[in-house]
Amino acid sequence: MNRAALAAGPETVSRALTHHRRDVRGTVFTVALFSCLIVAMAILATLLYTVISGSLPAWRDRSLTTFITSQMSADPHVAGIWQAFYGSLTLMVFTAVIAFPLGVSAAIYLEEYASDNRATRFINANIRNLAGVPSIVYGLLGLAIFVKLLGSITGPAVEGRSVIAGGLTLGLLTLPIVIITTAEALRAVPNALREAAYGVGSTQWQVIRHHILPVGAPGILTGTILSLGRAFGEAAPLLLVGGITTFFSVGDASFLEALQGRFSAMPVLVFSWSRLPQEEFRALTAALIVVMLVVLLLINGTAIYLRNRFEKGT
Amino acid sequence: MQTTQAIEVQLRGVPSRRRREVRIRRFFFVAAATSVVISVAIIGSLAGEAWTFISNVDLGSLTDIGWYPRRGYFDISTLFVGTLTVAGIAMLVAAPLGLGSAIYLSEYAMPRTRRVLKPTLEVLAGIPSVVLGFFALTFITPSVLRPIFGDQVVGFNMLAAGIGVGILTIPLVASVSEDALRAVPRSLREASYGLGATRMATSVRVVFPAAVSGVVASLIIAFSRAVGETMVVAIAAGATGGSLFGWNVFEPGQTMTAAMAALAIGSDQVRGDDYAFQSLFFLGLLLFFVTLLLNVVSERFVRRVRQRY
Repeated sequence: MNRAALAAGPETVSRALTHHRRDVRGTVFTVALFSCLIVAMAILATLLYTVISGSLPAWRDRSLTTFITSQMSADPHVAGIWQAFYGSLTLMVFTAVIAFPLGVSAAIYLEEYASDNRATRFINANIRNLAGVPSIVYGLLGLAIFVKLLGSITGPAVEGRSVIAGGLTLGLLTLPIVIITTAEALRAVPNALREAAYGVGSTQWQVIRHHILPVGAPGILTGTILSLGRAFGEAAPLLLVGGITTFFSVGDASFLEALQGRFSAMPVLVFSWSRLPQEEFRALTAALIVVMLVVLLLINGTAIYLRNRFEKGT
Repeated sequence: MQTTQAIEVQLRGVPSRRRREVRIRRFFFVAAATSVVISVAIIGSLAGEAWTFISNVDLGSLTDIGWYPRRGYFDISTLFVGTLTVAGIAMLVAAPLGLGSAIYLSEYAMPRTRRVLKPTLEVLAGIPSVVLGFFALTFITPSVLRPIFGDQVVGFNMLAAGIGVGILTIPLVASVSEDALRAVPRSLREASYGLGATRMATSVRVVFPAAVSGVVASLIIAFSRAVGETMVVAIAAGATGGSLFGWNVFEPGQTMTAAMAALAIGSDQVRGDDYAFQSLFFLGLLLFFVTLLLNVVSERFVRRVRQRY
């Protein structure tokens, strides 16, 4: 082969090898594959554009703060999202309090203690299946147990349709995802660390407490916060355990009374508002979705921030 | 001189420390066992009410003109057809787009492009389903379907709901099948290039067949997710009170999940002996077993990929 061809680089070589024929099918195929991705991106962009532009009329006569702090109402001119906003935040705290300790503990058992026997494999398979159970089925579980069976404890005044019932339901829904992501984070901790700690005479708990958990923390935290983000967007299970979609007063109930009281959540409100016939509610729903997406962005942003920060540290 | 037994006792460590270790281990075991308790609780709570439903309801009403639980018509086939229609449309959207994206990301994309495109797909995966329901109702139906199919498209329809669910499952198909494609060893690709195959031939004839179990698994998982998806259908496909049996995708319809949501909103009114409340649990039990079956099957496929490479 002459020098000029070599200098011209691989393009020329490949053209020489293919007898100067263009690979039409290959090009079409590449373009088709790339356009699949572009379509997916375009859908995302259209979705965001539709929601944001649709929400503009709502911001004309109210600010973000009045929208968030106003009470829910059937009148589109004064309707706000306060109960739903507050309800979603309470539910998130509740979900985290239940799913985080339980999920992390379960993952520690499965990754650090359990030997590979039939029982462990069963528990693992069971957790993977639980993660695949549709969220509405968890709603049924919550309805049967937390609302009907334990209603006198979870919410005596509201037939069990309380914050506690909703929070427990979301907690159980999130649990398998927390276990799976935590187990992944623990698996990523290098074995050398465990062996070194045992070598100097640590007990298993000391190894976990002082070496594995600190190293696995960024992964565990990121996974847990991301799964909280998923719970934040869930509406179906909350509909079943009685998320309120119309006006109700929060009042000045004590903390426990408030937990036993009625609740709403932003996704539930999106559902009920988007079905209302008045045109004004279209803009309000879009505005509510904008608020939801901003909260989601904050949640996921925190997760990514934590991951980056910890990763720099170690 | 110490016997070996005595040394062993010494090496076992301080008894109080060992007892503490056992207690901690037990605590973690209980946490792990909770997951089994949850499964038992799900089946238990569903089965009880479902049994009440099945043993009390007139079995003839299970095959009727449609699904109107409050009026005593419990035609399950209406909901099956609705579910299959919506999930089928969803797969028609998600399978090509998800697979195409996966092949591009795994076989064609430069590392830098990949670093930009993949997180964007993950953003799409994080969009709550109520948002996609709203999008289907206020954008897909009026701005996409009406211009194409004309006025036969009703405001609430199964096609828009199916497309919405499909969009929701694109990232799932893309990420699971991309994992499968990337798990194919590099040597296979190099051997193929070495024989003079183009990139397209390598992707389609070598890499794809090698990863086919994982790709099938991704489609099954996506189908299972589509069957279990509630809010998109509840918002965009309408049919609150019930639905007549029908295949027309331009008209309102109901899936198993949406029927449950519809029942739940008005469950205060569910009183008396019409068993609408119990039908909720009957549907839930069906849904639980359908998705369980799909998930178990997809897991088999995933494991096959892992074993091979």
